[in-house]
Amino acid sequence: MNFTKAKIRDLRKMLDSGEISAKELCGEYFKNIDEKDESLLSYITVTKDEALKSAEKAQKMIDEKQAKALTGIPLAIKDNICTDGIKTTCASKMLGDFVPPYNASVIEKLNEQGYVLLGKTSMDEFAMGGSTQTSAFKKTKNPYDLERVPGGSSGGSAAAVSASLAPAALGSDTGGSIRQPSSFCGVTGIKPTYGRVSRYGLVAFASSLDQIGPIANDAHDCAILLNAVCGYDRHDATSARIDVPDFTEKLGQPIKGMKIALPKEFYSDAIDGCVKDAVLSAAKELEKQGAVLEECSMPGLKYAIPAYYLIACAEAASNLSRFDGIKYGFRGEGRTFNDLIIDSRNKGFGEEVKRRILLGNYALSSGYYDAYYKKALALKQEIIKEYNEIFEKCDVILTPTAPTPAYKIGAQDNDPVKMYTADICTVTVNIAGLPGISTTCGYEKDSGLPIGMSIIGKRFDEQTILQTADAWEQGFTPVAPEF
Amino acid sequence: MSAYFPTMGLEIHAELLTKSKVFCTCSAEFGGTPNSRCCPVCSGMPGTLPVLNRKAVEYIIKAGYVMNCEISRFTKWDRKNYFYPDLPKAYQISQMPRPVCLSGNVKINVNGEEKTIRINRIHLEEDAGKLVHDEVNRISLADYNRCGIPLIEIVTEPDFHSADEVIAFMEKVKLLLQYAGICDCKMEQGSIRCDVNISIAPKGSTELGTRTELKNLNSLKAIAKAIEVEIDRQEEILESGEHVIQETRRFNEALGETTAMRSKEDAHDYRYFPDPDIPPIIFTEEELEEIKNSIPELPEQRVERYVNSLGLKKADADIIVGDKKVCDFFDEAIAAYNNPKAVANYIVGELTRRINLGEADMENLKFTGADFARLVELLQTDKLSQSNTKVVLGKMIETGEKPDDIAQKEDLWIKEDNDLLAKTIDEIIANNPKPVEQYKNGDKKVFGFFMGQANKALKGLASPKAIQEYLTKKLEE
Repeated sequence: MNFTKAKIRDLRKMLDSGEISAKELCGEYFKNIDEKDESLLSYITVTKDEALKSAEKAQKMIDEKQAKALTGIPLAIKDNICTDGIKTTCASKMLGDFVPPYNASVIEKLNEQGYVLLGKTSMDEFAMGGSTQTSAFKKTKNPYDLERVPGGSSGGSAAAVSASLAPAALGSDTGGSIRQPSSFCGVTGIKPTYGRVSRYGLVAFASSLDQIGPIANDAHDCAILLNAVCGYDRHDATSARIDVPDFTEKLGQPIKGMKIALPKEFYSDAIDGCVKDAVLSAAKELEKQGAVLEECSMPGLKYAIPAYYLIACAEAASNLSRFDGIKYGFRGEGRTFNDLIIDSRNKGFGEEVKRRILLGNYALSSGYYDAYYKKALALKQEIIKEYNEIFEKCDVILTPTAPTPAYKIGAQDNDPVKMYTADICTVTVNIAGLPGISTTCGYEKDSGLPIGMSIIGKRFDEQTILQTADAWEQGFTPVAPEF
Repeated sequence: MSAYFPTMGLEIHAELLTKSKVFCTCSAEFGGTPNSRCCPVCSGMPGTLPVLNRKAVEYIIKAGYVMNCEISRFTKWDRKNYFYPDLPKAYQISQMPRPVCLSGNVKINVNGEEKTIRINRIHLEEDAGKLVHDEVNRISLADYNRCGIPLIEIVTEPDFHSADEVIAFMEKVKLLLQYAGICDCKMEQGSIRCDVNISIAPKGSTELGTRTELKNLNSLKAIAKAIEVEIDRQEEILESGEHVIQETRRFNEALGETTAMRSKEDAHDYRYFPDPDIPPIIFTEEELEEIKNSIPELPEQRVERYVNSLGLKKADADIIVGDKKVCDFFDEAIAAYNNPKAVANYIVGELTRRINLGEADMENLKFTGADFARLVELLQTDKLSQSNTKVVLGKMIETGEKPDDIAQKEDLWIKEDNDLLAKTIDEIIANNPKPVEQYKNGDKKVFGFFMGQANKALKGLASPKAIQEYLTKKLEE
């Protein structure tokens, strides 16, 4: 059987019809992992034993005709989402041996469905980065070109789905960490509206921006996975008490008359020509389906990077303070408490994490708070206002997901500012708490590298962006990586 | 007389009486085996999130009302960042710019004079854990049971100028918090704690001196002593021409001195910022009104009610209300035996005396208010004599047995032996012709003499009422 680019809904049919058992199905994926992950490096932990147990449980549900959408479906989970009894490292030496005593709320929901965990995927350390090269354990490669980055921070999840080492995965997105690696690896990933999915059990990077979301082979699978993990959670005070629709409901509905905004700032010279061309020709395609393209403007975009990095680093500096070597995780040496935490944090954290902690603490220090953090919050309000204005006239916004296709490993080392700037297309969505989905809109002519486009929606209107992405995907033939 | 006058302000931390902690569902009870009352949330596990306990918010709003504060319609939480092993998240969730309560006041009485102390603010935050130092193995252990217990911090204006005022205020605040059901205010268990900011300045000066902050004050006695020695210390410094250094000082009760903990230069930069995990709260007028109306009767109202409705003397009412435990005991007693004056008399007279002597302890009484009420009833209905009532009370304190059982077992009942009564009194009258003469001549004061003689002779065998009746009858013959 060929499981290359297999869809969740096809696997569902195979499982329900008895064509394959849950155990055989995860076995197929483990075979792929065994074969290919040595060179791809997408998993930090592979959970074969646990998978067999959950596959048995799932099979029972299937046999008893109690199967739900994800019963027996194997999934990969980003290694910053806590799994009870299974190592959750955040790709950091700091949590290298950390085994959480509890499940993230999304894991509880997946367990109820009877999903099968394949393993925990690599990422940038504490989700800080866009290349997965800051991982302390597995510096994941791009399945389309092993010399290139898979993007990040959810690079392990995106690469695993892209290379068919998992049919779908969960990632997390603080400034583009689901969408950008999805774009680099030629898969589809959605960052839901802030509050749509519980953050309980997601090791916090920047609490006001973080959101868990699916990465899959297409928008339809993303919708299925989102259905399973979303909803209000009493363990997360920022999760929204709002009715949850069926996210597959609008799939296949015509997009005739839908107004798609193209903010000109997202198509500046900072964006590679090949990316611009691919996104704009996809826009034309959507126009042919009856959508109405509207050019518009988002002047606040020029402040997006500084505003984002100030807010994200400030929150991260505080969130990561708990890693002091006292209660869990890496412990250094020292005779006094101060010496001990200094040594633990100095040796436990990587360079990029330390850089952001420094930036964040600086921005929050007395005397600098007003100049930096407070200004960043004001910019956040401005960006929200500009989005609201666009959404008064339009239904969705179409932008590139990243300024370039996947770049060479090492190309952005030693230039953090350049690396930060590459997040320009994605960060405002997190700042404004909006939903955004990235799907492949083409491939670079010579290299064959995937190019992603992002569709941004109104708050809690994931349905419309899924519908739009699906409408595009219906007329698009993806090319699987030859890997 | 000193050439200086002191100025003080207080920061009071009080643990709220909520069942569960402020950001998780762990029990907020005092004590427990170390680390038995904590969970992934309050022990700061990665990925966990705080969810605000609305009960704690209700309690701080009540605290605001009883201290006449303005309640903010909009309130939010901030993170106070610092590293310490008893603080597992390395930040304390607290409130900086938008506390729940602002600008209130509390009236106190010091040496018969009323004074108003202004409250700057009251905010809600979480308590930290506790470190246990093992001196033998030279290691420190962290106990997170206390981590996340809801605390309110009451910050006063610098309105105090003597230790007496500080103590009076602490006593008043304790009563208010206890009666409103907000905090049990056990200083010895640390459920209420007080830091004193203190400075001195030459008399007549309009500027305040440099202040120090006194910590580790575990009793009212410690507070008074620490203030006294710190004033002396600062005076000595100023007298020798030096300057007081702004710093935090720890009071060592055993040595009776304060020692420097950290100076202003070493003070933390807490890098406060709004906590993104806890959405701000907006209160509606209805919600606030409902909370306000749920506040139980406060001390002053209660004294008033005892005096006006129950007919207690103001002084007695003050004593009873002045200790919440005694007051609850009184209420329980009068519910069982509706004779408030008699019950109050016996509490203020006999029970309080024994408590003051250290014979009894309100915290650990072995009998109930209803038992006590029964004892008072036995006295009032001439079943027990004054002296035997005291004997029974002593036994009750000791064993917790019921008053009737004790009286029965020890044979303490008044016998009501009318023949003996008549015989004894007849004898007394026969043996004292002179006072009888005096009485008959209109000197009614000697009646007391006969009562005393009869009581002495008939101890426990007749009720005072019966003695009085028979004696009157005989003398009037």
